[in-house]
Formats: sequence, structure tokens, C-alpha cells
Amino acid sequence: MNKPLSEQQSLALRRLLESGLPLASRPFQALAEQIDAGERQVLEQIRQWQGQGLFRRVGLVVNHRALGFAANAMLVLDVPDALVDEVGRRLGKAPGINLCYQRPRRLPQWQYNLFCMIHGRQRERVEAQVQALLAEHLLDDLPHQLLFSTQLFKQCGGRFTAPAGACIDG
Amino acid sequence: MTGNSLARRLIDRFQHGMPLCAEPYRAMADALGCSEAQVLDCLQHLQVAGTLYRVGPVFEHSRAGASTLAALAVPEDRLQQVAARVSQYPEVNHNYAREHRYNLWFVLTGPDRAHLENILRELESDTGLTPLDLPMLTAYRINLGFALEATP
Repeated sequence: MNKPLSEQQSLALRRLLESGLPLASRPFQALAEQIDAGERQVLEQIRQWQGQGLFRRVGLVVNHRALGFAANAMLVLDVPDALVDEVGRRLGKAPGINLCYQRPRRLPQWQYNLFCMIHGRQRERVEAQVQALLAEHLLDDLPHQLLFSTQLFKQCGGRFTAPAGACIDG
Repeated sequence: MTGNSLARRLIDRFQHGMPLCAEPYRAMADALGCSEAQVLDCLQHLQVAGTLYRVGPVFEHSRAGASTLAALAVPEDRLQQVAARVSQYPEVNHNYAREHRYNLWFVLTGPDRAHLENILRELESDTGLTPLDLPMLTAYRINLGFALEATP
């Protein structure tokens, strides 16, 4: 009685979700109507996707600049390969680090393999926070750079479904 | 815009997760002790003000398709023009200038790697600049929520 969505309906639902939920009393009902399905089918599918780890999170997606988090810095470090997992896990737990990823080096142009994102309200305080963090973890000897953002050209949710639609939220 | 305490409470409470039920805004309202109409009204205002991009899922890139972080070293006098060219792609969802020789950084997402590699090749032939292609190898932390209190 609550049959799963067809492949086509699932794809259409994913595309709709990329633009966000309607701000209406029954948002899943509104999405269901657009793909000719039932509200329960849509909710069931979304919960299933969530269980499968398709989403990082479901919630309010906010613009950190509008909230006053203007100092957006990317800390990059050149960590010996044998240590990168340990250092990544440690920095990933540190307060103030929002993202911590290992990425490949591209020598000779790019030597850094560990990337951390830090958002703060003031540049000087982010710089001080990074210095303290590196000192605390005995990492200040590693080659590193702090890249502040100076201009935002575009920001919106990822579009994974082809054909990709226009960016309407950034 | 965060002086409004309901807005602040909504963001702090529901940026990491929200109720997945038929009436999620009513459930948020119940949790915060206000009415559904107040929640919807507040979210609409936040969206119009540009504070709220949307309500809903943030897709996990590695599961939802392919993504990469790319960078270009653009001569300063061409930065605006090249940035506009990069932003034209619907596959580009973040595009920032940063202080570095590699001064333009953007995230590309698409259905698969080949799709992203085609775009990077196209950008290279259009701009004469070779992009760095830095796909994620390991995630140690993914947290895009912002605590409104106690942040530098």
C-alpha cells in the first residue's frame, strides 16, 4: 500500500530536494504532488536515503556570511603521508574546524595534502586561533598556509543530477 | 538579522538536523514553544534576507555523485572575468577568491568523474590556465553548521 517510488520519480525527487523543501505546512505533500506520488512514499524514500548516508545532514542551510562569519579561511598543511590520518583526525576534532579533508598533492605546483576550513567573525582572531591550534598539536614546524577568502562569486547547493538546473539559492 | 531570537534559535537547533515528518515546521515550532505560522514566517524572512539558502538535505558528495575542489592561478586583471566564466557552470556550487598565487577556488559537483574532468579540460582550453584538481581522499570532519555563540 506504500509502494516505493519508481526510478524516474526518485530522480525527480532528488532534483527537487536539491532546491530545498517548500516553506509550507506539508512540504512533503507538496513535493509528492509534483512527482505524482503520495506523501508517505516521499517521506519513506527520504528517510531511506538518509539511512543510506546520501545526505550529510537535513536541516537549515545557512549563509555564514550573512550571519557575520566573514572570515572564511582555508588552512592547508603539508603532512608526511604516514602521519596524515592521525593529524587529520586530531585537527578534525579541534573546536572551530568545520571541515577537515585529505586531498592529493599536485607537485610541483601544490605541496599541501591536508585541508581545514575555519569560519570566524574576525580575521585576526582566526589567525590567532590557527596559531594556537598548530602550537597545541605541535604542528607549527610543518609547511602550512592560511588562505582567507576575499570575494564570494557563487555559493549554492551541489547539483548532482543531470541536466543541472540553475543556481537559485546563492 | 540574527538579533531576532526565534531566527537564532531555529538556526542553532535545526541546522544539523530537523524532524522528518509530514509537518516538520509544526514539529520545530513545538520544540521551540511557538506556532507553526511563526516558524514559517521567520524562515521566509531569513530566506528573503539571504541568511537562509534553503531547508533540506545537504548531499554527501561521495554518495551523490562526484565532486572536486579546483583552483586556478589567475592574473589579477583577469580574475573577475575568469571567475564569471567559472560561475557559469551549474556544476560549480562554491566559487571564491582567496589570497594566494592560486587565487580562484571552486567546488565542482556532477554525476561522475568524467563529467568533472571534461569541465576542467574545457576551462583550461578556454582560459589557458591549468586547474589544480584536488578531489577529497579522506574526510576527517564534515560540519557546516555554525554555532551562533562563542565563535571568534
